[in-house]
Amino acid sequence: MHSKPSGWRIAALGALVALASSSAYAGGRLLATGGGIPLAGAAGGGIVPWAVLSGYSADEEHGLTGAYTRVETDDYTLDAFALSYDFYNRVEVSASRQTFDIGSLTPALGFDPGDLKQDTFGVKVRLTGDAVFTRRPQVSVGLMHGKNTEYLIPSVVGSRRDSDNDFYVAATKVWLTGPLKHMALLNITLRSTRANQIGLLGFGGDLNDSRQTMFEMSAATFVNRKLAVGFEYRQKPNNLSFAKEDDWRDVFAAYFPNKHFAIVAAYADLGSIVLPHQSGFYISFEGSR
Amino acid sequence: MGRPIVSVFCGALVALALAGCAAQPAHRTLYEDLGGQKGVEAIVSEMLLKVADDRRISAAFAASNLTRLRRLLAEQVCAVADGPCKYTGYSMVESHRGMEVTEIEFNAVVEALIYAMEDLKIATPTQNRLLAKLAPMRDEIIYR
Repeated sequence: MHSKPSGWRIAALGALVALASSSAYAGGRLLATGGGIPLAGAAGGGIVPWAVLSGYSADEEHGLTGAYTRVETDDYTLDAFALSYDFYNRVEVSASRQTFDIGSLTPALGFDPGDLKQDTFGVKVRLTGDAVFTRRPQVSVGLMHGKNTEYLIPSVVGSRRDSDNDFYVAATKVWLTGPLKHMALLNITLRSTRANQIGLLGFGGDLNDSRQTMFEMSAATFVNRKLAVGFEYRQKPNNLSFAKEDDWRDVFAAYFPNKHFAIVAAYADLGSIVLPHQSGFYISFEGSR
Repeated sequence: MGRPIVSVFCGALVALALAGCAAQPAHRTLYEDLGGQKGVEAIVSEMLLKVADDRRISAAFAASNLTRLRRLLAEQVCAVADGPCKYTGYSMVESHRGMEVTEIEFNAVVEALIYAMEDLKIATPTQNRLLAKLAPMRDEIIYR
C-alpha cells in the first residue's frame, strides 16, 4: 500500500526548499556544528543523536531546520520528514513523521500490511560545554517521544504499547587537530529505551518489556571544512520473539556547502528487520535558517 | 552482538588520544607554516578587513586604534604559534572587560580569521592548528 503524496508532504518539501534557498542570515555558529537532523529531528549523525543542537543558532538566536530522509534497504523503504527548532543553542525541540514501507512482506503474510507509521516529538537541552571550543565535551540530555499512528502490525508481532519515551544523554567532542592533522569528532550517546526498531514496531514486547540502556556512537573526520566522513553504531534492544532485532551501523559522508543546506549520505547495515540482512543507501537533504 | 564494534570504538578513542598528544611535529613551527612574520601580518590584515565588513562585529572594533590592534594581534598570533614574538598587550580578560562579548560575536571573529586564512590559501590542517591554539581564550573573552 504505497501512500499517495499527501498535502502535508508537499508542504513539508516546499518548506524544506524555502529553508535551504533562503538568503536570510543563518546564525552565529560555525559551519557543520549543527550536524544533521535525519529520521527523528534531533541533531546528530545518520542514526545517533548527538549533544550538538540543530542549525546554527548561537546564544542570542533561534532557528529552524527541516529534513527529508530516505532509506532504501533490500526489502524496505523508510521516508522521514523532520523539523527541528533551536532556541539560543540551549534547547532544541523536534518532530518527525516516519513511514516505513513493508509492502515486501505481503507474500509472506498473505495480506498487505500497509505502512508502519511513527510520529516523534523530542526535546534536547545542552547542559554544558561547547563541542569545538571547550576542553570538556559538549553534553546534552534529551527526551524522544514516539507514537505509532498505525498499530496493527506492531501489536500483532507482540509489541506492548504504541507510544513511549526514550531518554538519552549525549557527549560530543571535536578536536581541531585530530588524527592525521584533520578535524575529528567523537560522540557517545547512552539511551534508555524499550523501542522496537526505533519505535517503528512499537515499544516493549513479549521477550522484554523493561527499559534497557543502549550504547550508541559516531566518529567522524573532516576532509575539509565542508565534508565529513565517519561511521556510527547504535545498539538496539531485542524485545520481540517474533523477529530478532540487530544493532545498526553505518558509514556516512556529510556535506555542508553553506549554513543553509546540508546533505548526508550513508550506507547502512540495519541487520534483520523481520527479513534478514537489510542494508542499503540512505540520503538526507536538510535546510536551515 | 557488538563486541567487535566496541573494540573498534576503543581503537578510535586511543587513536584520538594519541593524536591529541602528538600533534606537534618537532621541526617546523606553526609560525613558519603560517608564512612567518609576513604571513602572520597578512592574515591579521585580511581578518580585520573581514571584521570591518561584518555588521555583527564591525561596530565593536570601530572604536579601536586599528594600527595598534593590528600590531598586537600579529604579536599574539606569532607568540601562540611559537614564533619569535612576545605579546605586549593587555590580557584577554582585561581587554574584553565590560564588552559583554557574545558567542555570536566571538564566532564571527573566528569566522573572519578562517575566511582570511582560506583566502590566503593556508592549508586547512594549519588553519586548525592555529584555531586550536586560540580556542582556550574563548572563556577569557566572552561575557566579560
